[in-house]
This record gives sequence, C-alpha cells and structure tokens, in this order.
Amino acid sequence: MKRIYLDHSATTPVDPEVAELMLKYFLEYYGNPSSVHFFGRQVKKALEEARMQVAALIGADFSEIIFTSGGTEADNLAIQGTVKARANKGKHLITTAIEHHAVLDTFKYLAKSGYELTILPVDEEGLVSIDQVNNAVRPDTILISVMHANNEVGSVQPIAEIGKIARKNGIIFHVDAVQSLGKLPINVVKMNIDLLTISGHKIYGPKGVGALYVRKGIKISPLIFGGSQERKVRSGTENAPGIIGFGKACELAGQRMEEENPELIRLRDKLINGILNTIDSVKFNGPMGDKRLPNNVNVSINFVEGESLLLSLDMIGIAASSGSACTSGSLDPSHVLLAMGLSHEVAHGSLRFSLGRQNTEDDIDFVLQELPKIVDRLRSMSPLYNKAN
Amino acid sequence: MYSEKVIDHFTNPRNVGEIENANGVGQVGNAKCGDIMRITLDIENNIIKDIKFKTFGCGAAVATSSMVTEMVKGRTVEDALEISNAAVAEALDGLPEAKMHCSNLAADAVHAAIKDYMEKKTKV
Repeated sequence: MKRIYLDHSATTPVDPEVAELMLKYFLEYYGNPSSVHFFGRQVKKALEEARMQVAALIGADFSEIIFTSGGTEADNLAIQGTVKARANKGKHLITTAIEHHAVLDTFKYLAKSGYELTILPVDEEGLVSIDQVNNAVRPDTILISVMHANNEVGSVQPIAEIGKIARKNGIIFHVDAVQSLGKLPINVVKMNIDLLTISGHKIYGPKGVGALYVRKGIKISPLIFGGSQERKVRSGTENAPGIIGFGKACELAGQRMEEENPELIRLRDKLINGILNTIDSVKFNGPMGDKRLPNNVNVSINFVEGESLLLSLDMIGIAASSGSACTSGSLDPSHVLLAMGLSHEVAHGSLRFSLGRQNTEDDIDFVLQELPKIVDRLRSMSPLYNKAN
Repeated sequence: MYSEKVIDHFTNPRNVGEIENANGVGQVGNAKCGDIMRITLDIENNIIKDIKFKTFGCGAAVATSSMVTEMVKGRTVEDALEISNAAVAEALDGLPEAKMHCSNLAADAVHAAIKDYMEKKTKV
C-alpha cells in the first residue's frame, strides 16, 4: 500500500543531506565540544557554524542563539527564565488561548504560584487582535507570549505589531515560531521579538533539538545548571549531531522556502476547495490566504468523530491528525478550536492535513477521491446525521 | 493501539442501522464528550430477536457498539441485562486504558433500550 504522509506539523522526515552530515558527528567527529584537544575543537567549530546557520534564518546574530532539547524546553526557558530574572519588576503575564501546551501549561503553572495571567481570546479565525493586547497591558506586565503561527489551524498572528506594543511598554516579548520556521519569513529585529522558540524536527531536521533566540541585552535565568554550556543559560553537553543537523536544516529551509511555498499553497488550496466542494456540512477552520500557514488544512466534518476519520484514513494509507478529544488523551477536544468558538460536537469532527516537501498532486487527488467515501460510511452509522436529515 | 478485533468491528461493523417500529430504544452519551450510541431493539417473547446500532464516536465507540449487538442478539432480556461494559471490552480483547471510561458505553445503551421496552410494556 502506498502511504501518504500529511502530518508534517507533527513532525517531518529528516532531509537526507542533514542525516548524512549528522552521521559523521556520531561516528567520526565524536569529541566533546568543551574539550581542548583536536577532537573537541573539531566539533566546537561545527557547532558554531550551526549557530550561524540558525541565526541567519531568523535575522539574528549567532551570539543570540541558545540551543535546547527542543521547542518545549525553549518555551519553558523563555517563560520561566524571564519570570525568574524579572521577579522584582512585576507579576503580570499575557498570552493567548491558542498557544501550544508548552507555553499555556507553563503559564498556568506560574499562575498557580502567584503570578497574574491574562489569556487573550481569539476571533473565529483564530487570530489575536492588537487592540486586545494593548488593553491587556498593565504597568506590572513583564512578559507577553504569542505564537507566530498556530499548529492546528495555521493562523498567523500580527507579531510585528504586538512586538511594537511590548517594546513601547518595556515588556519582554516571546514568540513560539516552531510552526512558522522555514515556512514564513522571520526577522527578529523587524518583528520586535525579544525571545523566539524554534525547533529542528518541524523543518526536516532531527528531533530532540531546538533553540531559543535571546536578544542581546535581555537577561533570562537558567533552568538547568551544570557545566556552563550555552553561555551558562543551558548547561549540559551539547547534542552536537542534533545541533549540526538543525543548522543544516535551517540553511536548506532558507534556500528552499521561496521556491517551495507557492506549490504548497497551491496544493493546500486545492485540498481545501476539494473537500468543501465534495462533502456537505463541512466547516472550514482558520483564515484563508496570507494569514494561513502555507501547508495547513483544517476542517470540521459534521456528524462524524475525528478519531474514526483518522483510523479510516490510516487504513488506506493516509496519515492526518485531529483535534478530537479521543486523540488528545483528555476528555475535551482541541482548546484551539474551542477558543475559536466551535461547539464540542464540531470540534470533535476536526481533521488536520499538514503538507510537506514531498507531497504531490497525486497525493491530494487520492485524498479527495477517498475522503468523501469515508465520510459517507461514518455518517451512515451516525445517529446525529439521521437527525439532521 | 487497538486490538485486531476492535479494528475488525470498526471496519465491518455488525448490525448497523435502526429498526423501524422498534419496541425498545436507548441512547447514551452526548456529543460534548464525543460519543453517542443509539440502540434499537425488537424483543419478542422476552428474546432479543433483532438489534441495531448507530454510533457517533471514535473507533472504540463503534467497535463496542458492534460487539454488543452480537453478544445480545438471540439472548433473553435477563441475559442481556447481565452483560457489562467491561465484558464488551473483554470480548474485543481489551481497549486502550484511555478508552475504558469514555467510549465503553455500549452495554449501557442496550440496558437503556431494555428499560425503555419494559416501561412501554407496563404502560400497555
């Protein structure tokens, strides 16, 4: 059976060029970058090259990149590290209702230990309003955290404008850009960003490596203590193969983004329009056009449940994801879809396809040919569909 | 994550549909939690002659619905009342832990349909 992978927002395959490079740093260049000898120096040099490659993709200086174990750690470091460093400056924090749990749950933890948290709502397209950010700012606000692009519905937030508000008020501005890196242009200077989270495995790099951009002059406290690596902000022997692979993946993403995006957008829109034209009672989730990630499709198929859709798709070789409760391990469906005002029923029937580099027209045609049949079958079993007719 | 039996019942569900003029109808769950099961029964001389289901829900919800119809068809009302949600899960070679509480309601749906049948009978 041919397998079609349409879950690139979950993770991507490692680019062969990246994997090949990494292999050398497992087998040949295995030194500890902190070591004085040749073995160490060799790796240290490659590590600093990777730092420059990562910095270049986001318009930063190499000295502003702190490597971490991934996006989740970078989010935690940004938020907890800022709060610790600025404990005497205020107790108020601002974020949005549609953040990744690495951000949202970190804030909720802090809210339990005495910080005051404002969670901004989003509109029905999953967008934060600049006015609401402005109104939420208080004299004691120390940190604003807003994701660049949402992982579920692909909505792209007005980061530069929010950054302007933060800068004007002397508030640290953190952006989780895990989903947008390599898909949308990012410039930390132009976008007024102080802290930026990025991750390797969403851009055809390895899992287990990410980075936090920390603008020169911004102080954050470490969460992990030890051998003083990463300018004492993140101790622990560097994951050299991972970091070097991440660097290469950033370089490749920078080279390919402009060329790849028009095709991703074309296939994305073909899939969206195809679903809306062939299946009735479907709700399209998130914004259309430029305010959407180039590779994200999200729809709610009424009267059926998301996990049933995923199982049925998987049986014919199509890999997708859902915001249904049954796939999240909790009883509630996606917090993102609920924040956008969807009812529980509609959120349970959500389906996300996230496209990637190797997807073809044939892949999309196959989904459009098979999905209506799956929906028909599940609806014929659904007590909700009967009532609707 | 799911057993072969669950996948089998999800792929080829038994007794899907709705019995016209059913003398027992039971529905459990709600759309908010993501699972709704509707069972219709045709009971004659205390025997479940026919049973059909319609389910909105995940793979486990569909499979347990399908399995319970096989377990109670042709059995007496008393036998059917003795079948528990846990027994349905067991007949499917088990369910993932997370599904044991939210999507394992098929026996409840059958019991609700039998209760409906009993209530109608006493009214007549």
